[in-house]
Amino acid sequence: MKVEQISIFIENKSGRLAEVSGILGDSGVNIRALSLADTSDFGILRLIVDDSEKALQVLREHKFTVSKTEVIGVAVPDSPGGLSSILHILDQNNVNVEYMYAFVERSGDNAVIIFRFDDIDEAIRVLAENGITILKGSTITSI
Amino acid sequence: MNRDPKIWNPSAECQPREQLLALQLQRLQTTLHLVSENVPCYQAKFKEVGFAPQDLKTLEDLRQLPFTTKDDLRLNYPYGMFAVPMRNVVRIHSSSGTTGKPTVVGYTQQDIQTWTELVARFMTAAGVTDEDIVHIAFGYGLFTGAFGLHYGSEAIGASVIPMSGGNTDKQLMIMQDYRSSALVCTPSYGLTLADRMEKQGIDPHSLALRVGLFGAEPWSEQMRNELENRLGIIATDNYGLSEIMGPGVAGECLHKSGMHLAEDHFLAEIIDPDTGVVLPEGSVGELVITSLTKQAFPMIRYRTRDITRLNYETCSCGRTMARMEKTRGRSDDMLIIKGVNVFPTQIEEVLFQIEGCEPHYQLIIDRVNNVDSLEVQVEVNEKIFFDEMKQQRSFIEQAEKKLASVLGVSAKVKLVEPAKIKRHEGKACRVFDRRK
Repeated sequence: MKVEQISIFIENKSGRLAEVSGILGDSGVNIRALSLADTSDFGILRLIVDDSEKALQVLREHKFTVSKTEVIGVAVPDSPGGLSSILHILDQNNVNVEYMYAFVERSGDNAVIIFRFDDIDEAIRVLAENGITILKGSTITSI
Repeated sequence: MNRDPKIWNPSAECQPREQLLALQLQRLQTTLHLVSENVPCYQAKFKEVGFAPQDLKTLEDLRQLPFTTKDDLRLNYPYGMFAVPMRNVVRIHSSSGTTGKPTVVGYTQQDIQTWTELVARFMTAAGVTDEDIVHIAFGYGLFTGAFGLHYGSEAIGASVIPMSGGNTDKQLMIMQDYRSSALVCTPSYGLTLADRMEKQGIDPHSLALRVGLFGAEPWSEQMRNELENRLGIIATDNYGLSEIMGPGVAGECLHKSGMHLAEDHFLAEIIDPDTGVVLPEGSVGELVITSLTKQAFPMIRYRTRDITRLNYETCSCGRTMARMEKTRGRSDDMLIIKGVNVFPTQIEEVLFQIEGCEPHYQLIIDRVNNVDSLEVQVEVNEKIFFDEMKQQRSFIEQAEKKLASVLGVSAKVKLVEPAKIKRHEGKACRVFDRRK
């Protein structure tokens, strides 16, 4: 159910993103989805990759500060109101979304959204109860 | 009172204070005669205030004399302050010269003997014995640190490894293979060694290391705790400066309640760094030292620039020598930010109190539109890195709040990538004042 996401601390200056993607590319790690949260000084880069252990290892070797978190990938109908209905369900059940971002690629007819919750298990329960499709980790990393 | 079982020279270190004061007066008179006969710089200073050595009747009379500063040493570069002919000088040392030209100091044979004795005193006070293997990771060279500790160790009968500085991997290999039990280096290099051990998976408890003698830069109590925990040792502080002698001016005993100052060889005063006025006993101020037995390079009222406090109560170890608090920074390191006096060591202490924070930081002081700003750059690590921006921001805000409440001036905290801040194997340089 859960997907491993890696987060990387980067200083906000030119070239750092290119460096991260270069290091991963050179190690044969493929980036499946990414999101960047930033301030004027620094950013937190979050990635879903096909091999998180490898990614963590090579980034640490290059002196990056990294962490691993669990997120889930949800199949969202790729039609107007698709995301809204899911957020509505979460809100009704008091499940707090810390942040979310979308996959570029689709899974079948659906868009894929990555969610980070403060209570991931509760979120999974609520979504499943409401018939929302949660994608398997292996499905997501192989999209 | 129960004395510590091991005191290098009990008759000197534990002598009654009245006897010590009489000895100081007698030695001070001798020193003043020596310099007034041999050192033009002092002849001029004495003349300036109309002072003759025979005028000194009490220790307080010394206050009539002007201070000696690093500038005097520079003006008399290289040998102008020497009080004996070069044929009697057996050794030259020199300061690191981090600010301008280095200062040159000399030793006679007897000066080297005094130095050896004083280092042996504080090493013994820190628990070093003839059973120890002393690993000296100070650089051997013009810097006094390595040689001072080397002589003291040999006098005690310990086995010295003259490792010198740098090459951290090799330091660790030797430490493991040769079973070093006492480590001598700067506190910041001690942490570099701890970092490397962790990285290499070396358990400090598998080493023979049991005591560390750290000096040559100011360090905080929190840094002591970290050194003790991470290296599995007792960490003691010692103090010295090349202009006065090098290490051995003062050093801690195992009670860790101040560094015993060798008052039979040095007369200490505490002054207000701004006005030069001698402050009452127990005040915090700049340490001023007059050498009492040095032959080649006597110093009269030398301004050390180190901010500290002296405690004259007899220590639980039985030593009667005054105890000097850990230096709080240098009066010339003192930063005036928005009119508030700030010492880098205060910032270091705050950072240490924050869970997960490591002591790798640097300070950037700037002035934009006539307003001073202080930026504290802290290296991020996995313990203080959060995946959520909310948590990351709140970490930074907490740190800023703590700094503001301790310093009395606001500071911006900026997280930087690891290994961004240079590690120094010698003295740490962490302050960048762009207002100058």
